[in-house]
Amino acid sequence: MTAIQSPGTEEIHPDVALVARAKDGDQAAFEQLVRQYERQIFRVAQHITQNREDAEDITQDAFLKAYEKLEQFQGNSKFSTWLVRIAVNESLMRLRKRKTSKTVSMDEDVQTEEGSIPRDFAEWRPNPEQNYGQAELAEILQKTIQGLPPGFRTVFTLRDIENLSTEETAEALGLSVPAVKSRLLRARLQLRERLSRYFRQTKEGLPA
Amino acid sequence: MTCTDFLSQLTDYFDGQISAELLDEVRRHTAECSHCEVVLDTTRQTILVYRNNEAVDLSPELRDRLHTAIMAKCTGKR
Ligand SMILES: [Zn+2]
Repeated sequence: MTAIQSPGTEEIHPDVALVARAKDGDQAAFEQLVRQYERQIFRVAQHITQNREDAEDITQDAFLKAYEKLEQFQGNSKFSTWLVRIAVNESLMRLRKRKTSKTVSMDEDVQTEEGSIPRDFAEWRPNPEQNYGQAELAEILQKTIQGLPPGFRTVFTLRDIENLSTEETAEALGLSVPAVKSRLLRARLQLRERLSRYFRQTKEGLPA
Repeated sequence: MTCTDFLSQLTDYFDGQISAELLDEVRRHTAECSHCEVVLDTTRQTILVYRNNEAVDLSPELRDRLHTAIMAKCTGKR
């Protein structure tokens, strides 16, 4: 009953007023929220599902769910985090429905230690951006992140690509902060190891 | 600091949430251990290369279409 903004110096996020207006039925306020977050929600869904049509559907469904459940949003977290959480759940559900994908929960696929212990100690020189054209680089990055288990891909997407804080990532995924940290470490190390196949320095004149 | 200790500090290091004391130890370790120095550098590059080359985005046309679809779905409910 008393979940109000904590008093003190903490700044009130501009979304708070928009959400309050949207709850009162102000459609323009809700549309403003959609405008602010539709791209981010689409990107998150696309990263998790690796499929554009799915990402479009998920973005629509996530906002519809948010609209329908707006009354339940308590304001304990940021509206954007709450929205991302809905989108993540929708995305994982979509993956689960795909017959080809068997490991799709946030827990199932993280037991593996594969790639978590560094093995490749070659430097990346020159750096990838200097060494590859944009299209080629984009393809390598996409292929590589696709190979990560969805649970790792999701943590990396929220924390490192979308730049959510560790706490926000934990909230969006329903995980503890230590769980996010450990998954993030493994996601980063696995990506590093996989990217190293492309980016490792090769001695001139010798095969890679 | 061992290589395993170093790895266990890596997330806090990148998040800037590492204590001054541990940061010192990390720096001392990477100065002595070329493997961990490479891991630190290439992990940093891994994060940056993804952050700087966001491949997923909406074209203005797709965004318009998506926006219209979202609003139609939501307002149709009311
Ligand atoms: Zn070491």
